[in-house]
This record gives sequence, structure tokens and C-alpha cells, in this order.
Amino acid sequence: MFLLYFKTWRIPVLKICCVHFGYCVFKCVYFSVRHDIACHVTVCSFKMAAEDLPSQFDVVILGTGLTESVIAAACSRVGQSVLHLDRRNYYAGNWASFTFNGLLSWIEEYKNQQKVQITESEQVWRSLIDEGEDVVPLSSVDSSISNLEVFCYASEEEEKEEETKAPLTSCQPVNAETVSEETTGDSTEAQDTVTEPSQSQEEKDSQPISSPADPPVEVEKKITYQKLVKEGRRFNIDLVSKLMYSRGALVDLLIKSNVSRYAEFKNIGHILTCRNGKVEQVPCSRADVFASKQLTVVEKRMLMKFLTFCLDFEQHPEEYQDYTEKPFREFLKNKKLTENLQDFVLHSIAMVTQQTLTEEGLKATQHFLRCLGRYGNTPFLFPLYGLGEIPQCFCRMCAVFGGIYCLRHSVQCLVVDKASNKVKAVIDTRGQKISCSHFVVEDSYIRDEQRQSTAYRQISRAVLITDRSVLPSESDQQISLVTIPPLESSAPAVRMVELCSSSMTCMPGTYLVHLTCSSSGTAQEDLAPVVSELFHVSTIPGEEPSEGAEERSKPAVLWVMYFNMRDTSALDSSSYSLPSNVHVCTGPDGSLGSDCSIKLAESVFHHILPDEEFCPPAPNPEDIIYDGDGPQAEGPGFDESVNTEAEEEGAAHEKNPSTEPAEMDSVADTTPSSEE
Amino acid sequence: MHGRVKVKSTAQQEEEKRKEREKKLKAFVSARDAVLRKRSAGEHDEEALQLTQQLLSSNPDFATLWNYRREVLLQLETSREKDEVQKLYESELHFIEACLKVNPKSYGCWHHRSWVNTRLPQPDWTRELGLCDRCLSLDERNFHCWDYRRVVVKESGVSVEQELQFTDRLIGSNFSNYSSWHYRSTLLPQLHPQPAPDSASNTSPSPTASPQIHSHRVCEEQLLKEYELAHNAFFTDPNDQSAWFYYRWLLGRAEREEMISCVYVSRERERVSVAFSKPVHAQSEGLMLVLDGQPQQVEWRSTHPRLRHSPVWLCDLPPGSVSDISNEHNLTVHWTEKYTHRDCALYTGCAESWCRDSATDQELFRSELSVEKSSVLQAELQSCNQLLELEPQNKWCLLTIILLMRALDPLGHEKETLAHFQTLKEVDPMRSSYYSDLCSKFLIENTILKMEYAEVRVFSLSNKNLTTLCHLDQLLLVTHINLSSNQLLRLPPQFAMLQCLEVLEADDNAIESLEGLYHLPKLEEVSLRNNQICKLSDLESLASCTKLTRLDLRGNPVHKTANIDSELSQLLPLLCKSQAFVV
Repeated sequence: MFLLYFKTWRIPVLKICCVHFGYCVFKCVYFSVRHDIACHVTVCSFKMAAEDLPSQFDVVILGTGLTESVIAAACSRVGQSVLHLDRRNYYAGNWASFTFNGLLSWIEEYKNQQKVQITESEQVWRSLIDEGEDVVPLSSVDSSISNLEVFCYASEEEEKEEETKAPLTSCQPVNAETVSEETTGDSTEAQDTVTEPSQSQEEKDSQPISSPADPPVEVEKKITYQKLVKEGRRFNIDLVSKLMYSRGALVDLLIKSNVSRYAEFKNIGHILTCRNGKVEQVPCSRADVFASKQLTVVEKRMLMKFLTFCLDFEQHPEEYQDYTEKPFREFLKNKKLTENLQDFVLHSIAMVTQQTLTEEGLKATQHFLRCLGRYGNTPFLFPLYGLGEIPQCFCRMCAVFGGIYCLRHSVQCLVVDKASNKVKAVIDTRGQKISCSHFVVEDSYIRDEQRQSTAYRQISRAVLITDRSVLPSESDQQISLVTIPPLESSAPAVRMVELCSSSMTCMPGTYLVHLTCSSSGTAQEDLAPVVSELFHVSTIPGEEPSEGAEERSKPAVLWVMYFNMRDTSALDSSSYSLPSNVHVCTGPDGSLGSDCSIKLAESVFHHILPDEEFCPPAPNPEDIIYDGDGPQAEGPGFDESVNTEAEEEGAAHEKNPSTEPAEMDSVADTTPSSEE
Repeated sequence: MHGRVKVKSTAQQEEEKRKEREKKLKAFVSARDAVLRKRSAGEHDEEALQLTQQLLSSNPDFATLWNYRREVLLQLETSREKDEVQKLYESELHFIEACLKVNPKSYGCWHHRSWVNTRLPQPDWTRELGLCDRCLSLDERNFHCWDYRRVVVKESGVSVEQELQFTDRLIGSNFSNYSSWHYRSTLLPQLHPQPAPDSASNTSPSPTASPQIHSHRVCEEQLLKEYELAHNAFFTDPNDQSAWFYYRWLLGRAEREEMISCVYVSRERERVSVAFSKPVHAQSEGLMLVLDGQPQQVEWRSTHPRLRHSPVWLCDLPPGSVSDISNEHNLTVHWTEKYTHRDCALYTGCAESWCRDSATDQELFRSELSVEKSSVLQAELQSCNQLLELEPQNKWCLLTIILLMRALDPLGHEKETLAHFQTLKEVDPMRSSYYSDLCSKFLIENTILKMEYAEVRVFSLSNKNLTTLCHLDQLLLVTHINLSSNQLLRLPPQFAMLQCLEVLEADDNAIESLEGLYHLPKLEEVSLRNNQICKLSDLESLASCTKLTRLDLRGNPVHKTANIDSELSQLLPLLCKSQAFVV
């Protein structure tokens, strides 16, 4: 057994226990997050026996990625019974965020998976299949991640061995600390525990980069690998790197459904680009253009004029009609934008390729511009604690409306009614047959036999931990989006998101950098050149940059991970040979926004429930009427409920100490199929 | 199985809300009554503070309650130690802050806050400045906060440099905020004042010295930086007026020196006319007339009874004092208030005489913008023309170009200016009358300049779409004026300043009113064909022009009046005696 918590439920009283091979039911009477609502988890029971899981659901959902979680929330919200499963021991699938130590475990798991192919036993469920029923087996192996490589450049002080082996020795105690501290959920307390060295680290970062620091001080402030591991719980490292367009489908949905109350967000402060090896600001808003020092006044006018045109370009078809069949780039040239401006618009504002056609380019530019100003002078938001929060927020919404959650619990096969060719039930990994009217599943659970084609696109990813920002500015706590135009016109542009520690994704004194591009080779082949152009990559771990001022001015890479992620976003229902009530959700796509996933979720939802509204606003807690089926139902006044919550919390704590060590073992062992 | 969450109906919610509101109202009213009772009973205690606090935190715009609070605080202050007073007022500041969250634009709150800070033994200005910054970051146009901030800055002695940086920051985040631009215009002259003009130009304190006085000006180096800032703003968004207004301020507006610009004396009328550089009220300005060394007791009057402030004033000399044509006279008009005077000599054999500064000498009409170095203005004109190429329809740009052209060379740019005015009227039809009036003004100015270059007293401006008349004080000496074929609606009272006018041609206009044809001593001929004069009473003022011998009213509605001849002869008996008018 192990204990997992929703990171979004950061208040101590708000905790969900999820049990290995058990499940928990939360009947949420009502909710309180931070200020607005009061929450009460009435039942948090550990059920060990398989037959305790209800045998019938309206919708069974496998996979807790963004699309699946949104569908789960939407179905549950309109009264459908939802069983939401994930074979992993964490939420959000490829959308997940990990602590540094959690990521090391994930890497380890990946490597193990490469070695061992698990053999499955079919016999368990054969007996459950009746006549007239067919079986569609699901895949038990996730092959969506490939080419994973890890390099460590932080000095390792005592241990000089390969960094990938280091976590196993140091991981467990740190991990235990992590969980216990985070279950108390007191983030302010966590802030206070920042130790002396890391505070001086901050001071160092606030100093102008050009001023040469004294060598002895430098040595003292260096961030070691030990330190990264020790402070590992301060990291929330996303597997996918996306930002939220402030007028994108995701933000609109978060607002509409009231799910936004479960998360906090930060503005992206800088929109940058990299030209000729130099990082500079992209003037995209009116204020940026005004303040820009790189543009001449005439360029300013031309750019503003063009951007103003893009805002309502549909109204002026005569301006672009002749270019609808031609690339956007040519249209930009025709608009008399200087080379500078063309680059800005194409790569950093529209974020399209050289080949993109004019109309699509105009639409992308318009989308970007419409997002400006909604939440400040930037079109993007980022969820604090990482992108992995978002699927969890929707899961939470689902749970509030009665959805049941089981992690480390998957489906072995689908039971298909031969007559109607529809799925009537699923058989879970414990051999229980659960009937359902609809089955929603993440792409990575589908076996190749059910696919029409196995040619995928790939996304190349790199995750870096660095010691300072690529563009130091007055405030060192800014999230930056950097677009790096391709060197050759055929190569893909690289997108880089640099997260500061106040985004709650990395430890103070470090920056977490995500690089993303569509793959042409392995992630390392695609992205290593960009990494070495923008960062100082030392040859020996912990070595100081010595090649001169230029290298010194670049941020140093402390740790880097490369991997490829399968991009299935181009697939649709015709790509699979599956029963009609099976809905496949593709994984994260390579674009910056999440619109693709949200649109898919909405379309699946309308497939399942054509007459229902998609994620209507959750009612105000005060307007919910409770049936008298529980002791809390009789006038759950605010104060009273707080008391009962506190009591429950106390009870939970009493239970914890005995269970914790066992839980930690299970995290470290990562044996998803072991049965008790 | 899984029941849906039951939600109260809208009607239920409405009902609950209504009840809630009623309850609140009842509580508010009873608390208010209690407070007002206490006040009339003269009770100044802690309870009063508590009660008013309750009320004000829900409605901070209740001025009476703030007043009462001040009374209570002043009372409590007397009975406490200094430390306690400090605490008392500090908690008051906290309370006001809460009220500002309810309404950040409450007059009462901000005023009370200023007052509390004056009572506070040790005011914490840094904190107040921080509060202002927070408020302005939420709403950068909250003028209550701007006002309060000025008080805070003054009291806390924040340096001008810091304040300039503050405006940099605000303008950087959003330049469509005139408050910060304007604040800049008050700071820059303090920080980078224009160096005092070198003494050479100061040596001649004669009334003909430079008419421009530069105050509130900024040194050239800084000025160039500011031009650049304004360029950045209006190239980024040429439709935003804040930057254009600021730019206009940067280009400057010269203040004309107050002086007597012309003295005119007529032997025949025994009358002195004096023109000033701006409208004055002569009776209260300490004006003194000295004739041949003898101060004269004269009565000053303006040219028209409707003009109480006027740039032209008249007085009659004692009868016989200058009527002998063989005598030479010296006149001096003293403007004692402004320590200035002007002489005028009336020589033997002359019927009239004058002494004046011409508009050309004074560069009078260029003073719309200050006479910066013309190279600077030339550069600015280039920038604006560059913008105009990109934005041919931009009204701010067009207008600024017109102003720059006038400052540089009004006659040389006349054609371009007229073309720009035409575009302006098309792109901004809502203000086309304003542009027409402005264009008329510039045309009149140009015609005055041309007239002075030609050294004649004939003013001709026909067929130019004039909509208004101005600068009439500059036409004091004009004898012939031709305003035919324009769009004039009236001859305004100021027209009476044309004291030397003999012939007026104003055919083909839309003139309805002749108010300004009033006591024009030399006026002989008036041609008003094809105008809109409707009533005989409109012609009444003409009766005061005693020399009028010819009046042409053909093509006016009044011309169709029955028995106009007899009516006119009754109205204008003098004119009829001469038998020389055409109707």
C-alpha cells in the first residue's frame, strides 16, 4: 500500500488516500478549497477485496491524462457514474509532474521496463467470458516514451558514480521526507525550511551576471547533485511542456466549469527569442513595442499596423486573398515587414513553420493577440506546481460528483458483445468484470493489433536544471517562453519554457528549462545543439566555465534529461479498429497550447452524451441541498464542519506512521503487477 | 444510484438574497440612526468609532460619518499619550485601507487619509507611497490616488529623479495614460531646467525685445530624449492622444510678453487708439496718456460695449488739443502695471500717425509653438512626415505637421497646410468645423503677414472658405477689407476694432449679424450683397457709423421687405441724406 495525495488538495484536511489494489470512495458532501468552499470527505475507506468495487458503471475511463480527466469530470458532473483508472501509481499519465526524486524513479521504471517484458496470464479472466462475447485485450506496457538519456553536470562531491544510479541509494529517505512533509501540506512551512546556502544562492542570482564573483564564494554556493536530491521535493517536473493560452479552450473550460478554483496560476513574464545566439525580448504587446530598443520607430509602426490588422483580419479579405495558397512567410514579406519583424511574427507570435499557409498563420497570430491583456501583458498562464496539476483538478471535480478513482489499477481486456459489436464490460487487472456503457481509454493502452497504422510522429523533449536565467532582468522570478527559430528552414523550431522557482516547479536558485520540438531524430540529436548554444555544458561534472566571458555569461546546466514522446494527436477514430463505444484519447500533442486535447474531450463527451452540457459551472456550495443520508447533512455549518475535518485529519495522521514505511517500499520497488 | 447534486432553484436563491439584503439594510439603518443620535448628543467616545467603522466599511462614501470620526479622534487625542495617539491613528489608517478596498474612488476615504497623516505624530510616508503604487497598479487612472500621491510626495520629499523614474515605469506599462505624461511635464523642468538665456539678449529691455518668455522649459539634451519617447509612443499607436498631447507640450507654446503693440492717433477725430498684445481691461490696468509732457485726464473705452476685455482701447483727447495740423505732438501711453509704455509722434501736416510692432517683426504667429531651434523643429517635422507616409489618415499626425509647418515657415508651407486641412476634414468629419476655424485663423495670419510685407493697409481674403474672423486687433490700421465669397456668418463685435476702415466688401457670405459694424468712424462703403440679413433691426448698429454713404444689400432677405426705402431712411437718416446708397 502506499499513500498518494492530490497535490491540488494542499490544505491538510483535504487528502485522499489511494490504496494499492484497493480503492477509495469519496462521497464529497461539500467542498472547501482555500477560501471559497468547505470540503468534507465522508468516507475514505481502504477496501482490499476485489469484489468491493461496484460491478456496474456508466463510463469506465482508463488513463488520467488531461483528455481523459476532462471527460471524467464532464461525465461525473452531469450525473454519470464514473470509474477512473490508471495503471501508473501517479496521476496524469504523460501529463504528469514529478518531484526530482519522483522523476528519478520514473526514469528507473522506464529503464526496467525496457529490460523486462511482462508476460500476461490470460487464464484468470477466460472464465468470465460468456457466450456471445468477444475479448479485446489491452496493452500492459507503455511504449510512448523512448530514447531517454540523462546527464548530470552538477558536482557530486563524495560520490562520483553515474548519476542514474545515485538516486537508488539516496532516494528512499528523501522520498519519505517528501511525502510526510507534503502530506502536512503546509507550503509556508516548507518555505521556511529553506536553508542558509540556498538563500545565498538567491543572492548570487540577483547579482548582475557580469560582475565577477570571488572564486571561494563561488565554490561555496555551487549547487551539487546532493543538493538537487535533497531539495528534490521542490521540483515539479512536467513530462510535457505547455503553456495555457489565456483565451484558449483550456482556460475557458477551467473558468466555465469552476475547476479553476482548484489551481493557481502565474503569468509568463517574458516572451523571448534567440537570434544569432543572442536571447532578446519579442515585442508582442503594445507596451513591449513601445519599450523595445531594438526596433526603429518605423518598424514599430509596421509591426503594430500588422498586428492590428491580424486582430480582425477576416474583415479585410482583400489584404490576404492573393496569398491564401502561399506561405505565411511570403505574405509577411509582402506586408513590407523587415527581416527582423518577419522572424518575430513567424516564430514567436504565430509560432508556425516556414511552410504554414497564410490563413493559418493569420489565425495563429490572431489567437496569440486575443490572448494578450486578459491576464496582464502576456498571452500565457502557467499553473503553479506544474502542468500535472490540471488533469488532477479535473479528477478532483469528477470525484466531487461521485467519480471513483483507482491508481495502479488497469483493465486487462474489453468484453465485446458480438451481436452489437459494443463493449459491454471490462475485466480489470484483478479479474473483476465491470460492466459499462462506454469505455474511454488513453492511446498508450491500445495494442498494435487494434491499430490501422503504427507510424507515429514524435516529440523531442529536453528537461534541464540550470543555475540562472537565459535573460537576466530586474526580476529573477519570471517565467519565460523562448522560441528558437530553426537554423535551416526545413528543421523544426525549438520551443523553450524557462520556469523560475516561484512557479513552484524548482528549488530556489535554479531554473527548470523545458525544450520541445517535433522530432526529426532522437531528442538528444534534435535538442543538444540548442542546449549547447544557449547554456554552458561543462565536460566534467561541477566544473566551472573557464572558456571566457561568453561562456561565463551563459547559464550552466546542472542536470539534463532527453527523451522522445509519442505524438498521437494526429490519430482519430478511423485509426483504430475498436467497438464504437470505445473512445480513444490521444496523448499530448507538440503544440504550445492544450486546445487539441480539450476539443477532443468535448467531442468524446458529446459522443457519449449527445444531449448533455459539457462541464456546466459547478454550483455554489451554498446552493447545494443535501439529502439526509449522513450525519453532516443536518445543517453542516461552516465552523462545525471545520471541526469534523480536523478530527478526521487527526485520525488520518494516527493511521499514517504505521503505513508509511510500507508505502515507501512500494514506491521504490515499482512492481505494478505484484499481487498480494 | 448516483443521484445528481440538487441545486436550489433560482427563485429560492433570489428569495434568500432578498432576505439577506433586507436584513443588512435594517442593520445599517439602525446603526446609522444610533450614530447620528450620538453625534447630536455630543458624545465622542470609542463606541462612536466602532459604530461609524461598521457603517463606513460597508459604505465608505458617507461624508457625515467621516466628519464625526474626525471630531471623535480629535477629542480622544487630547486625553492620550503620544504613543497611544500614534497607535490610534495607525489603526485608523488600517481601517481606511479596508474602506478603499470597498471603493478605491471614495472622496471621503482619501480626504480622511490625508487628514489622519497630518495628525499622525510620526507619519510613515514610505508606506503611504507603497499604498499609492498598489492602487495605481490596479487602476492607473484613479485620479483620487494621483491627488493623494502628490500630497505624499510633497510631504515625504521624494526626489524628483525618483518620481521621473516612477513615470517611466507607468508609461512603460501603459502609455495611454495622460496622468503620467502630465506628471512628467511637471517634473522635467525641475530636473533639467533650460539654462538661463545668455545676458546678451537681456540687455535691451525695450518693449520691442523678444516677445517670447520661456518658462517651464526643459534643456535641449533632455528635450531630444523626450521627443524620442513621444515618437516611440505615437509610432506604436498613432491614435492614442496622450503622447500627442505630451508632444505638443514638448514643442512648447511661447508666452507672449505683455506690451502695447500699437498706438494710433487721428487728428480729425482727436482720438487715440491703443492695441495691446492680449485682451485687457483698460480701466483697471493703470493706463496713462501723456500728451506733449502733460498727463491727460481721458476716459478709456473699448471698441464695442460687449467687449469688457479687449486688445484695443480708445480714448478721446480734449477738444482742440491736436486739431491744428500745423502743430507737432508727442504722445506717450504708459501701462504702469506692466512698467511699459509706447511713444507716438504726430508730425506737422499729418492727419494721423501710429507707432507699432508689426506681426512680422514679432514672429507673432509662429508662437503657437515655441521658437525652438528651427533645426530641431525641422527634424521633428521629418519624423512626423515619415509617420504620415505610413498613416496618411492619422489626424493627430496631420494636425501636428500643420503646427510644425506654421512654426517653421507659415507662408512657405501654405499650400501643404491647406491640403492637410482638407484631409483632416475628411478623416475627422466630427471636428470639421474646428478645422475650418483653425484654417481660417491661419489664412488670416498669412494674409496679415503678406499685407505687412507689402506695407499696405488693404486686407483682401476673398474666396478662401473662411468660417470665422480673428486677429482683428492686428487690422487696426486697415482701410480697405475684402472678405467676399467666404462662409462667414457674422461680423463679430471685435470687428469694431478696425478703426481706420473705410471700405468693407463682404459679398457672397452667409452673414446674419452686423454687430461689429459699430462706431467705425471712417466707414464709407459697405457691400453686403447675397448674405442672410433678414431683419431691419439687424442693420441698427450701422447707424453709429456716421460717415457711411454707400450700402449695398441686394440679395438679402431683408431686401424684399415692403417699403424698405422708407424704413431704412428712418433707421439710417444720415445715410439717406447723402442719397448714395443702393438697396
